[in-house]
Amino acid sequence: MMRALILLLALTLPALALPARAEEVVAGLSQDNIGITASFNGSEILIYGAIKRFEPEPDSNRMGIIVTLEGPAGAVTIRRKSREMGIWVNTDSVGVAAAPSYYAVASSAPLSEILDPNVDVSQRISIPLAMRSFAGPIEVSDARPFTEALLRIREKEGLYHLDESAVTILENTLFRADFDLPANLIEGDYKTRIFLLRDGQLVDQYRTAIYVRKVGLERWLYTLSRDHAAVYGALSLAIAVFAGWAAAAVFRLIRN
Amino acid sequence: MQIYLPIAEVSVSAYLLLGLGTLVGLLSGLFGVGGGFLITPLLFFIGIPPTVAVATGANQVVASSVSGVLAQFKRKAVDVPMGIVLLIGGLIGSGMGIWVFNLLTRLGQIDLAVQLAYVVFLGSIGLLMLQESLRAMRRAKRGGKRAKRHQHMWVHKLPLKIKFRASGLYISVIPPMLVGVVVGILAAIMGVGGGFIMVPAMIYLLGMPTKVVIGTSLFQILFVSAFTTMMHAITNQSVDVMLALLLIVGGVIGAQIGSRLGARLKAEQLRILLALLVILVAGKLGLDLLLRPSELFSLFPGALK
Repeated sequence: MMRALILLLALTLPALALPARAEEVVAGLSQDNIGITASFNGSEILIYGAIKRFEPEPDSNRMGIIVTLEGPAGAVTIRRKSREMGIWVNTDSVGVAAAPSYYAVASSAPLSEILDPNVDVSQRISIPLAMRSFAGPIEVSDARPFTEALLRIREKEGLYHLDESAVTILENTLFRADFDLPANLIEGDYKTRIFLLRDGQLVDQYRTAIYVRKVGLERWLYTLSRDHAAVYGALSLAIAVFAGWAAAAVFRLIRN
Repeated sequence: MQIYLPIAEVSVSAYLLLGLGTLVGLLSGLFGVGGGFLITPLLFFIGIPPTVAVATGANQVVASSVSGVLAQFKRKAVDVPMGIVLLIGGLIGSGMGIWVFNLLTRLGQIDLAVQLAYVVFLGSIGLLMLQESLRAMRRAKRGGKRAKRHQHMWVHKLPLKIKFRASGLYISVIPPMLVGVVVGILAAIMGVGGGFIMVPAMIYLLGMPTKVVIGTSLFQILFVSAFTTMMHAITNQSVDVMLALLLIVGGVIGAQIGSRLGARLKAEQLRILLALLVILVAGKLGLDLLLRPSELFSLFPGALK
């Protein structure tokens, strides 16, 4: 027993002590802050980086880079319609405890070629695996059509996105990934992960975050509506009444 | 030109919103309806979240009714005491309606309830109005005698009678109060001002002259939708002032054009146009319920309750 333990330590210690990886990812973002202003119409994000090597590049191995961008998660209820007494009604539903509001995957080659399925499961990289947290189907025997619908609807809205050629690698050392963030972004921290893979296995990963915030007038209105709801409501009404009165007055002037 | 809406958290074309506002304002000025029955579904359609669409629609209705009611006051076409009676009923009904709305939202059946309400109420009112207007037009053409102005129905036998001078009526406050309550309930559930129900109810149930109906209905809608806007802003923070502003700017212009246009058209023509519009919307929503939807699934933010 004791001997087995020592043997195990002897095997694992060197791996912990030495620089574990022959290659490391270093990366930067074209911007780590996105301000949502009134004229915000989506944003382009460039993620660039290099692979730092401590020894000559291992030849023969197939290298791949995957970059993921994940928006703040929220609970979602998925409802299915079925025909009851001639009309289409919401009947079954499935709750998903936390699904990201935005999720994009960019890779240097098709995922099936550069990503081992086991790594995908442990790191939750591909879109279906990134959604793996259900609040438990209650009245539904098979939840799969519901989660597939969630992916389908969000993909159609441009919120979930897979681009298998968005990462370009130069000289096997430098890489860049381009993301087009849609206009319907919500506020929050967007988790960014960069995976370096060889033969489908994970060599290194790098994590950072992009902060998406409303700024200026947008920020002020949003905060006011949350912190002083009554004042905000009164402001909305005042604008409405004033606009209505002003229009009547202006038209009367034109007429006379 | 795209604009990002701070509460709805989506980016939409500012011109599209201005155009929507103008269209709805035009109808508001023309028919004395708030236009909510068009604006709310249209906002859903361009991707505004339903709660924001309902609440902001109410705020837009406030602006277009202020504009419309001022134009009607100028023409002395507002029966203020009648408006106040309808308003008291409306506020009671609105409170009841919001309770039902929250219950149905929890059950996930709110869109079904809204669609059914639209189909049933819009459909039957539209057909009724169309039939009645066509009959009136035919009668006018033949030059036959007009229907009696004061019909003595059961409505006139109830207690608590009040003289409504502008309407030329001496009736009990109970029927208008009840009309207000029913309109208030439906308004809260369907996210509309309720003019399309109130206008025919005032003409056919209360026997008010068409001349004062539009102004009085706008008067009531103004206060009920102001109340609804406040409720939404306080309880679920879903009024988007940026969205409202664009709809309003379009809407007030449309409302002014509409009320000028309305003064030129004959009452019967006006009623036929409104009837056709109402039937069209009801028919579209009815088909949506009967035909197989292209996407059976829908997403709702928030956990299952």
